[in-house]
Amino acid sequence: MTMPKTTAEIDSLLEEMAETIREELADKDPLLVGIHTGGVWVAKALQKILGEDFFDAPLGTLNIAYYRDDFTRIGMHPQVSPSDLPFEVDNRHLVLVDDIFYSGRTTRAALNEIFDYGRPASVTLAVLIERDGRELPIRPDIVGASVILPRNQHLKLRNKDGLQLEIRAAGAPYAE
Amino acid sequence: MQSNQLTESGQLRHFLTIEGLKRPLLTEIMDRAEQFSSISHRQVKKVPLLRGKTIINLFFENSTRTRSTFELAAKRLSADVMNFNISTSATSKGESLLDTLHNLEAMHTDMFVVRHDQSGAAEFIAQHVAPHVSVINAGDGCHAHPTQAMLDMFTIRRHKQDFANLRVAIIGDLLHSRVARSQIQALATLGVGEIRVIGPQTLLPRDSHTLGVHVYHDMASGLKDVDVIITLRLQLERMQGALLPSAREYFRCYGLTEEKLKYAKPDAIVMHPGPINRGVEIASSVADGPQSVILEQVTHGIAIRMAVMSMALASQSEQAEIE
Repeated sequence: MTMPKTTAEIDSLLEEMAETIREELADKDPLLVGIHTGGVWVAKALQKILGEDFFDAPLGTLNIAYYRDDFTRIGMHPQVSPSDLPFEVDNRHLVLVDDIFYSGRTTRAALNEIFDYGRPASVTLAVLIERDGRELPIRPDIVGASVILPRNQHLKLRNKDGLQLEIRAAGAPYAE
Repeated sequence: MQSNQLTESGQLRHFLTIEGLKRPLLTEIMDRAEQFSSISHRQVKKVPLLRGKTIINLFFENSTRTRSTFELAAKRLSADVMNFNISTSATSKGESLLDTLHNLEAMHTDMFVVRHDQSGAAEFIAQHVAPHVSVINAGDGCHAHPTQAMLDMFTIRRHKQDFANLRVAIIGDLLHSRVARSQIQALATLGVGEIRVIGPQTLLPRDSHTLGVHVYHDMASGLKDVDVIITLRLQLERMQGALLPSAREYFRCYGLTEEKLKYAKPDAIVMHPGPINRGVEIASSVADGPQSVILEQVTHGIAIRMAVMSMALASQSEQAEIE
């Protein structure tokens, strides 16, 4: 499909994703977890569409910086807010949200971190964009849009009066 | 000699002293510690950040708190830790130190955490380790104890936020205190409004006035309106000759009692690096009282040490990447 970029296009993807979450999880008292930073934005947008009471607790956030697999190659990541799961995960159904699914390594790290908090009954992965390039046997359950991009192009979610997607060539600076 | 504890890009490679470090780096250490401190509240109190790294605690001098919090910090980061407690008296120091070091290095160690009763020991080791090894100073003689100073700054920041408006008093045996030396450097770097030292002439360094601190010899004026009180341990084992008439006499003049605490601001916090001598530098009722944050300091020691260890080992990764 063509690349959704504008806030309006992204909003309609979010509506569809929220509908799927409602269909699949409404009777399971699900809990919502966003991965910093883009995943938290997407999770908040989904939460807004689904309504305050749909999820059983406030939004949980994960900062997977300490669970990444590239510490020995590139060292510490820039500082972001620490993880905060304001609920018990044991035996609960989690909806894990990220903005862009690419290699699957972020999801791997997030799953490891979740399991350090406890043993959920299930984890459903919801992502706004899935791009080709998986490197692990992990794939999202709920997808806003699937796109194919050349390797040298990067995709970045922005949050400026609504969510927008930006494509840039490798090495080129993001517009601020 | 000032060894290079920073990489070319200004990251921590070793952590030997506060001296020469800039405020943004000290703030980064505290910010990272703030993030790490939440890990202690999880079901699994561990993150895999330093998995596969080997850290050796090389303690040539006794320690309970410092060694165990360094050990715990390394374990919370999933590193492998070994503890070596080595008596310095056995052999001639210089030679045994280097020999020990090279043997341990041969075990593919990534980091040494060093405590030694000689000033400059950690620095000396940092100068002789292989390029991929980091050294953290866990206290050297009367010179420096930078992680203690940082956990103290972290504790102050948790209670008082803004450093600029603070009045901080350090009481006691500053002459023999590596903790105080590092604290004063950290407080000054963080821009604390006023740093005071209080103690008898015999226990204050002769160059006190050059440290940028205000010197007091009595508690009533020294503690007036301070926000933070740091009591130091009377280091009986480090004292040579008659610097003090007696511990009882010291307590009468400089021991922190509830009465003397009233000179400070009502919301002043009371700190002590431990171990405390009850009834010598601090009264039990103050050490256990509502203004005391002494046990918090111990807790914060874990997060600060996690921050420093991960930052130093991360800079090693950056180096490797460049090469």
